[in-house]
Amino acid sequence: MTGKTLYDKIWDAHVAHEAEDGTSLLYIDRHLVHEVTSPQAFEGLRMAGRSVRAPEKTIAVPDHNVPTTRGRDNPDQMPEDSRIQVAALDQNAKDFGIHYYPVSDIRQGIVHIVGPEQGWTLPGMTVVCGDSHTATHGAFGALAHGIGTSEVEHVLATQTLIQKKSKNMKVEITGKLAPGVTAKDITLSVIGKTGTAGGTGYVIEYCGEAIRDLSMEGRMTVCNMAIEGGARAGLIAPDEKTFEYVQGRPHAPKGAQWDAALAWWKTLYSDDDAHWDEVVTIRGEDIAPVVTWGTSPEDVLPITADVPAPDAFEGGKVGAAERSLDYMGLTPGTKLSDIEVDTVFIGSCTNGRIEDLRAAAEILKGKKIAVKRAMVVPGSGLVRLQAEEEGLADIFKEAGFEWRLAGCSMCLAMNPDQLQPGERCAATSNRNFEGRQGRGGRTHLMSPAMAAAAAVTGKLTDVRELM
Amino acid sequence: MDKFTKLTGIAAPMPLVNIDTDMIIPKQFLKTIKRSGLGVNLFDEMRYNTDGSEIADFVLNQPAYRDAQIIVAGDNFGCGSSREHAPWALLDFGIRCVISTSFADIFYNNCFKNGILPIVLPQEEVDKLMDDAERGANAVISVDLESQTITGPDGGTISFEIDPFRKHCLLNGLDDIGLTMEKVGSIDAFEETAAQARPWV
Repeated sequence: MTGKTLYDKIWDAHVAHEAEDGTSLLYIDRHLVHEVTSPQAFEGLRMAGRSVRAPEKTIAVPDHNVPTTRGRDNPDQMPEDSRIQVAALDQNAKDFGIHYYPVSDIRQGIVHIVGPEQGWTLPGMTVVCGDSHTATHGAFGALAHGIGTSEVEHVLATQTLIQKKSKNMKVEITGKLAPGVTAKDITLSVIGKTGTAGGTGYVIEYCGEAIRDLSMEGRMTVCNMAIEGGARAGLIAPDEKTFEYVQGRPHAPKGAQWDAALAWWKTLYSDDDAHWDEVVTIRGEDIAPVVTWGTSPEDVLPITADVPAPDAFEGGKVGAAERSLDYMGLTPGTKLSDIEVDTVFIGSCTNGRIEDLRAAAEILKGKKIAVKRAMVVPGSGLVRLQAEEEGLADIFKEAGFEWRLAGCSMCLAMNPDQLQPGERCAATSNRNFEGRQGRGGRTHLMSPAMAAAAAVTGKLTDVRELM
Repeated sequence: MDKFTKLTGIAAPMPLVNIDTDMIIPKQFLKTIKRSGLGVNLFDEMRYNTDGSEIADFVLNQPAYRDAQIIVAGDNFGCGSSREHAPWALLDFGIRCVISTSFADIFYNNCFKNGILPIVLPQEEVDKLMDDAERGANAVISVDLESQTITGPDGGTISFEIDPFRKHCLLNGLDDIGLTMEKVGSIDAFEETAAQARPWV
């Protein structure tokens, strides 16, 4: 008998029912909820007279739609439609008795930052949320993925999901990363290699020395973008760093339960003889600081490269590259490091954690921005508080950055934080789609240190020149 | 959910690869607390100028395709976010079937929850249907879920694969929650065992 992958082990521990054709009911340990993809689900429960099966395993926080400016707990600050959506979540949380962090709570933030921070996310769990970046929680060795609103309603009502098992993919990053290369460069480089559909049908496990060497924050950045590679989920086997991060958090187990949990968590790794349907290996030493040039996260190149020509691609990608270059206002052959930006956005569930802010502040220390607008949006109220205590907020503010309250903000621009048509942004977020940060806005994805470097030079910049 | 059995309708060609959920329904329309009414904003930024006027050469604005019920699309349709507003907008516009070489996982799942049939075919068959779809008003394609076949305007037939359980649910318009509720005994039993094995959850 062959061994099991980490995914196999977590899957097997959560199958509540399996039909002959493999269609399974997967039990869900944690259900995270936000204001944008949940109102129709709660409405569905009401219409059918159903309740939430496990309110104690359901955690809600408004993040997508909320303003990130001061005084936002005054609802008059919000446009009518946003206000109604947040008010609906307030009401649903109360009516159905689920855990809730309203905007007035210091613990409020982006749902994928709040979950781990509060100890809701633990190794070996199944975690879902009506948001594709739920993959973030895979950094803890939890099987975590995004679901649609119908599935949100299904989980609320039954605490299960109807699933068929995905295939197993191993992505190994060997060796050490060079200075200036971060978790964001790893995850973008993997997508650059596999494409945005390369992971479709798979759950990815990231492993190798370069992954082991990452902090929990860095691992969350890597897993966060598994969805951008098309995978259902990304996973990293838990280790001492994971256990140390989790221990003592408000909802982490304590005492005898901690010991029992730890004993099980230590069995959560892929066996040496486990079967992989696909293996991708990248040498850590070969990864450079990267940026995206187009309108798909797979349009990624080292900062030292030039804007590519459409004829460098094949098939349908030729037309897509032409369209991307036109949208982005770029000419093939231009050095990426010559592209001027007018906006910098540091934040999001990909890069809105304390370590991200530290990396950006390290570059910004004693410098001033050379762009029209630069914004830092901490991932949670607690990240914001910690950054203030560490003096990072002062560095950002002295450099000319806006220091905001927690939320998704300009990552998806549902709140007032948006690009104007033609504006070009160095962003630490996860999607560079057309119109993502505002209609006509142009997004280049990169690490927090690279975004900080762009802020001080006014153009896409190799952060290694500023180190 | 409406049943999906047979569909005969106009197919619109959208050969672009990686058509993402932000293209299908931009975020400013996600502030609704309803499922209905999103069709008018389907592909909003590709379909309308900033002053609200139509962009004439966008496929669904062309007279031949205004009543399209099928989209033939480039690779990796529906990539991006989990927003079910994407299938809701397609459905509200009148699209009941999307054909491509591949779909993003969450979008693909979401289609089945809304009575939309996403069909995966090899490249050469998508190319053939793309050619058919480019025939304007003559681009009428028939999809028969029971027999798992697509018939093009020239009478040629293509077969497609689909998961039997998903097919059963679409053919009968079944509600997933209702089906799962029938297995509540299994969920109760699982919870009891799990509470012993992993009491910290």
